[in-house]
Amino acid sequence: MSQTALNSSRRWVRPLLISLGVVLTLLLLVVPLVFIFVAAFSAGVGGVWQNLTDPDMLHAIGLTLLVAGLTVPINLIFGTLIAWCVTRFSFPGRRLLLTLIDIPFAVSPVVAGLLYLLLYGSNGPFANLLDQHDIQLMFAWPGLVMVTVFLSCPFVVRELVPLMSTLGTEQEEAAVLLGASGWQVFWHITLPNIRWALLYGVILTNARAVGEFGAVSVVSGTIRSQTNTLPLHIELLQQDYNTAGAFIAAALLTLIAIATLVVKAFLQWKLARQH
Amino acid sequence: MHTSKKLALLLFAALLSTPLAAKELLNSSYDIARELFAEINPLFVAHWQQQTGETLTINQSHGGSSRQAQAILQGLRADVVTFNQSTDIDVLHQRGNLLPANWRERLANNASPYYSTMAFLVRKGNPKQINSWQDLAKPGVGLVFPNPKTSGNARYTYLGAYGDALQRFDNDDAKARNWVKTFLANVVVFDTGGRGATTSFVDRELGDVLITFESEVNGIIKQYPEHQFERVVPPTNVLAEFPVAWIDRNIQRNGSEKQAKAYLEFLYSNAAQQVLARHFYRVHDVEVVAATAAQFPVTKLFKVEDLFSSWDAVQSKHFASGGVLDQLLAEGKR
Repeated sequence: MSQTALNSSRRWVRPLLISLGVVLTLLLLVVPLVFIFVAAFSAGVGGVWQNLTDPDMLHAIGLTLLVAGLTVPINLIFGTLIAWCVTRFSFPGRRLLLTLIDIPFAVSPVVAGLLYLLLYGSNGPFANLLDQHDIQLMFAWPGLVMVTVFLSCPFVVRELVPLMSTLGTEQEEAAVLLGASGWQVFWHITLPNIRWALLYGVILTNARAVGEFGAVSVVSGTIRSQTNTLPLHIELLQQDYNTAGAFIAAALLTLIAIATLVVKAFLQWKLARQH
Repeated sequence: MHTSKKLALLLFAALLSTPLAAKELLNSSYDIARELFAEINPLFVAHWQQQTGETLTINQSHGGSSRQAQAILQGLRADVVTFNQSTDIDVLHQRGNLLPANWRERLANNASPYYSTMAFLVRKGNPKQINSWQDLAKPGVGLVFPNPKTSGNARYTYLGAYGDALQRFDNDDAKARNWVKTFLANVVVFDTGGRGATTSFVDRELGDVLITFESEVNGIIKQYPEHQFERVVPPTNVLAEFPVAWIDRNIQRNGSEKQAKAYLEFLYSNAAQQVLARHFYRVHDVEVVAATAAQFPVTKLFKVEDLFSSWDAVQSKHFASGGVLDQLLAEGKR
C-alpha cells in the first residue's frame, strides 16, 4: 500500500471508529443509565417519595451503607499491609501469596457465598462453638460483611502492588538511614506516594461492596428490614410487581456510584492544587 | 466519606440494638405469600398487644420453599415456617431434627390453616377453549408453568395433571403416563419459580395457559386488568395444603415459644381466614366459607397421598434425577 492510500484510508477510518465508540457508549452506558431514572420517576414524585420512605427501603439503604462502611476500612488496612509485605520484603511464597489474593476475582460470587455458608453455617465445623456463644454469623449482618470483605479484598492490593514495585525502596531506605521510625517512613514517604492508587482501590472496593448481589444473596436469608441490602431489595421489589420501586432502588444505587466518582474527582482536584 | 462512616456507625449501633428492644418472630415463607402476610401480620401484632400488652415485630423471609428449608437447616433462625409443601417441613425433621416427626398433628386440618388447588389462567375469551386438564394436551396449546424440579407449585401442576389422567384411565398407569408425556410436550417454558412463570406469560406473552395456584391466578387477574385474562378451575383437581409449623429448636433458642404458637393458631381465626379468603385461598372457617362461596368454583379435590402413596415416594419416583418426570420430558422430545 502506498503512502497516499494509507492516508486516505486513515481519513475515514478515524471518524468511523470514533463514531462507533460514541454510539456504543451511548447505547451500552448512557441510555440504560438515563432509562433507570426515567423509569424511577414514572411513579411520579409522590411515588418516589413514598417508596423512598418505606421502612424496608430505608433499612436496605442503611444496611448497604453499613456493609460498605465496614468493608472499606477493613480492606484498606488489609490491602495496604499485604502490598507492603509483598513489595518491601522478599520471602519464600511471595508469588503464591500474590496469586492467592486474586482468588476472590477468580471464583464466582455464588461460590464464595456457599463457601462461607458451609463453613460458618449450622452444618459447618464452627457450628457448635458459635452456638455455645449464641453468635449468629450467617443470615445476619456479620455474614454479609464477611462475604463482601472476601470478594472486594483484591482491589486495594491490585492497585498498590504495581505502583509500589515501580517506586522502589530508595526513598524509604534513605529515610531509615536518616533515623526515621517505621511509622514515620510510612506516613511521610510511602503514603504520599501511593495515595492516588490507594484512593482508587478504595473507590473500587466501595463500588463492589455496595453493588454485590450473588454472594450476599446466598448468606442473607432475605429477611426484610434485617438482612436485605439494596441490590437484594431491588430483586424483591421487582418480584412484588413493584417495578417503579425496583427502579427507584436501582436509581439510588446508581446515584451512590455517581457520588463515589464525584468524590474521587473532587479529591483529585483538591490534592493537585495543594502541590 | 466521613459522614457516611458516621452514619454507618450510627446504623451499626441501631442494628445491634433492635433485637433487644422488642420481641421478634421470624416467619420463613414461600415466594408468593408476601402480600398475604403483609396483611395478616399487623392483625396478629394488634391481637397480641391486646392480649398480653407485648409489642411484637414479625419479620418475613420469602423464597422458594425448598430453598427456605435449606436456609433453616443451615442456620436461619426462623421461629415458624408457613410453606406450600409438607415435604419441605419433613426435611427439617429428617435432616436437622429441628422439629418432631408428628408436626402435622399439632394443629388442626393436618397443620394446614388454608388450602388451594390449581387453576388455569387463559387469555381473553379463552380462545383455545381450555376447560379441563384433558384440554391442555391438545395439539397447539402452549403451556407455561415453573420447573417441577425447583418449584413446589409446579409439582402440584404435574401431579394434578397426572392424577386427573389416572382417574380418567381408571388407574391405568401406562395410559396416564402416555397422556402426561403429550401434556409435557406442550410446555413452552420452564421457569424456576412461580413469579418467573407469571412474567413469561404476562410480559413476554408466551403460551396460551399459565398453570399456578388458584390464589395466584386470581391475584394476576386483579394485577393486570388491562389484559382481561380469564380463570378456569378444572372439574377434578389436586388438593394443595399449605402446612405451617413452629421450629422447636429455634423457638427454644429465641425464647419465642408462646408467640410462635399463638401466631400459627391465629391463622385459623376468623379474622385471619377472612384475609386468606380475600387472597383467594380456600379456608376452613365455616362462616367465611359460606360468605365467600361464590368466588370458589366447585371442584372435586383429590389428595396426592391417596392417588400416589406418600409424598416421599412421589418425590423419589417422579422428581428425582432420572425419575418419571425426566423420562417423560426426554421421550417427549423425540
